[in-house]
Amino acid sequence: MKLNTNSNVYTIIYATVIVVIVALLLAVVSSALKPRQAANVELDRKKQVLSSLNIDLKGQDAEALYEKMISETEADGKQVFIATMDDGHTKYIIPMRGAGLWGPIWGYVALNDDKNTIFGTFFNHESETPGLGGEITTRAFQTRFNGKHIRQADGFSVEIVKGEAQGEQVQAISGATITSKGVESMVNLALKEYEPFLNQAAKVAPAAEQTAEEAPAQQDNNNVEQTKEEV
Amino acid sequence: MALSQKTKETLLGPLSQNNPVIVQILGICSALAVTVQLKPALVMGIAVTIIVAMSNVVISLLRNTIPMRIRIIVQLVVVAALVTLVSEVLKAFAYDVAVQLSVYIGLIITNCILMGRLEAFAMTNKPWDSLLDGLGNGLGYAIILIIVAFFRELLGSGTLLGFQVIPQWCYEHGYMNNGMMMMPAMALILVGCIIWVHRSINK
Repeated sequence: MKLNTNSNVYTIIYATVIVVIVALLLAVVSSALKPRQAANVELDRKKQVLSSLNIDLKGQDAEALYEKMISETEADGKQVFIATMDDGHTKYIIPMRGAGLWGPIWGYVALNDDKNTIFGTFFNHESETPGLGGEITTRAFQTRFNGKHIRQADGFSVEIVKGEAQGEQVQAISGATITSKGVESMVNLALKEYEPFLNQAAKVAPAAEQTAEEAPAQQDNNNVEQTKEEV
Repeated sequence: MALSQKTKETLLGPLSQNNPVIVQILGICSALAVTVQLKPALVMGIAVTIIVAMSNVVISLLRNTIPMRIRIIVQLVVVAALVTLVSEVLKAFAYDVAVQLSVYIGLIITNCILMGRLEAFAMTNKPWDSLLDGLGNGLGYAIILIIVAFFRELLGSGTLLGFQVIPQWCYEHGYMNNGMMMMPAMALILVGCIIWVHRSINK
């Protein structure tokens, strides 16, 4: 007997069966792979944090390196990473989130212990145009921020300009104006949010520089707690 | 392995005579989007080839059971499910590749070549032929992407696969990268040029 594949009943049953099979398949695969995926995402986040410290992760165990160097803490309820470099210097890493041209962009900016000089940056994106906005993930763009100062007359900011950059300015990516603007406002928004943290840290910075490796981080934690009480 | 005349045509036809991009004019939109550089074009070409081949086989296996009135929906469900599965597996076992591909997932699902081949070929042919047809069309698509991306990256950024190929002294003597090549419009013009060359050879 040949099935009438054009009858209404058959069509409805077929659609239901197909959808249920596909849904089940996707659900099973998704939940089976979830732990592995979560581990990958977490490892990737750690790699991104480390990348903002200008560390080349090729052939290195990012997991162990992260454990060794980075301690996660909070300032005014916001996440801050404190990194202890091999030479004993302390770097403060601030996470950032923003919008590019097509979708979200994010990154990390690492500051020297004077909380003024940018030590390194890391940017990533979800769907910027490859070759244009997508260039924000390249070292060539990220290192343009290195050595720039964020403390300006009217607060903390970084300026990204088209064409030749002068002084404290950072050169934008040609052909990717909106993504570059997105990076600029993302950095500035993050710096604004962390302003209290950046301000109080600067006061203790000179003393912190002379103390031992662990001291700056310690001192900073105390400071953070103090402000919490004040608030 | 000796291929029969028909098999050969199914597999190799789409590479030139019946190329999906320049003869069937399918998948133009994604050809513009991912050809600024060679690497994403390669990745996209490989991804589409695999997905077209796989979904062609699945639809071909189901072809006698699919109700005519909802066949497009069934095709779409199969394609979307396959793409999602592949991306989930990659996320778990090859995270770096998955991150690279995440931009293209949407482009693959909506690629006209997929629906075009499913509708035109897999619905009426056996699984083995459908597999060859999928591979052929995927590769035909990849070839065009690679040609366009080659010229766009070479003339637009002076690099190939990210490596500098135009020597520094050219720049010092006044050579400049062509910014137009970075724009999607240039991809369309390049595709047009390829069609022109292709038609004049094959007439």
